[in-house]
Amino acid sequence: MSMKGTIVAFCCQHSGYPAADLAGKLGLGSPEALRIIRVPCAGRVDVIHMLRAFEKGASAVAVLGCEEGACHHITGNTRAKERVEQCSMLLKEIGIDGRRVVMFRLSPNAPRKFVDVTNEIEMAAESQGRQDDNR
Amino acid sequence: MIIAERKPIAEITRALAPYKNVLVAGCGTCVAVCWAGGEKEVGVLASQLRLARGAEGSQISIMETTVERQCEKEMVTDLKDRMAEVDAVLSLACGAGVQTMAEIFDDKPVFPAVNTTFIGRPEREGMWVEMCGACGDCYLDRTGGVCPVVRCAKGLMNGPCGGTRKGGKCEIDPDKDCAWVLIYRRLEKQNRLDLMREYCAPKNFRAVKRPGRVQAGKA
Repeated sequence: MSMKGTIVAFCCQHSGYPAADLAGKLGLGSPEALRIIRVPCAGRVDVIHMLRAFEKGASAVAVLGCEEGACHHITGNTRAKERVEQCSMLLKEIGIDGRRVVMFRLSPNAPRKFVDVTNEIEMAAESQGRQDDNR
Repeated sequence: MIIAERKPIAEITRALAPYKNVLVAGCGTCVAVCWAGGEKEVGVLASQLRLARGAEGSQISIMETTVERQCEKEMVTDLKDRMAEVDAVLSLACGAGVQTMAEIFDDKPVFPAVNTTFIGRPEREGMWVEMCGACGDCYLDRTGGVCPVVRCAKGLMNGPCGGTRKGGKCEIDPDKDCAWVLIYRRLEKQNRLDLMREYCAPKNFRAVKRPGRVQAGKA
């Protein structure tokens, strides 16, 4: 399955996913390029999952996990943050902008934050894409 | 166990530049434990190589595999069928594994993806420290189980050097414990401090002839 130009959001089923669900129910809208992958915990997302998304053509990858101290699995969001940082470093090593992979923390009842965050990612990905094209 | 570190990606991509079909082979033993060359690292490195080639506008076909012990000929020989499809091999095993791979498949270039660094143990999550220099003349029995060959920055056989910092730290690296302070304290605990006064003859570096060879059952 091609993911060219998409924004892949790994959403924790305890925070990012309910927030996305609520945003949909409220009709708040989200970027057209957004592809949501529901995960049992942000800590389930490994570096290889993020890299594979880029291999398939994603322009940005986001991990949306629980707020600090509120992880359903205690340390999943902390692990996810570390993995996002590692993935960012691996991308930089091969000349790809490390800011293309980001982590956000939000609560399940924050649909507006979900929309803001995903719009922010989309804008950043577009700007990074333009920078890459100009090189 | 044997500790290794992944080489810089630029060095790896430079070595693989002429090749289009590559087997990335990990090892499931020591290098897997030290996060340098196991199945997970094979996947990440292969993905990085594909992305790097994609960014250059060219392609690379990568086959991924992990051998349980790449230093054993029998286990490496099992890869025979896959070898016909590749131009080169990128091995994430230690030096012994890379050489085994290169010997069995001597018609293919085999490139190391890691630098084999030392024999050590995990100190904390993600950190390994050197414990043994494989000198072939072990005298841990006289030093309370602390090896001064690798744990003393100067490799002194009759220490301490006199430069020990307050708190028992090494004068060369204040983050490291002075090996001879550790030895003293260990021997003190065992009531064997008399060993500190025993002169230790210079290290016998001929104990292991290079290349080393050990035949089981022959003392």
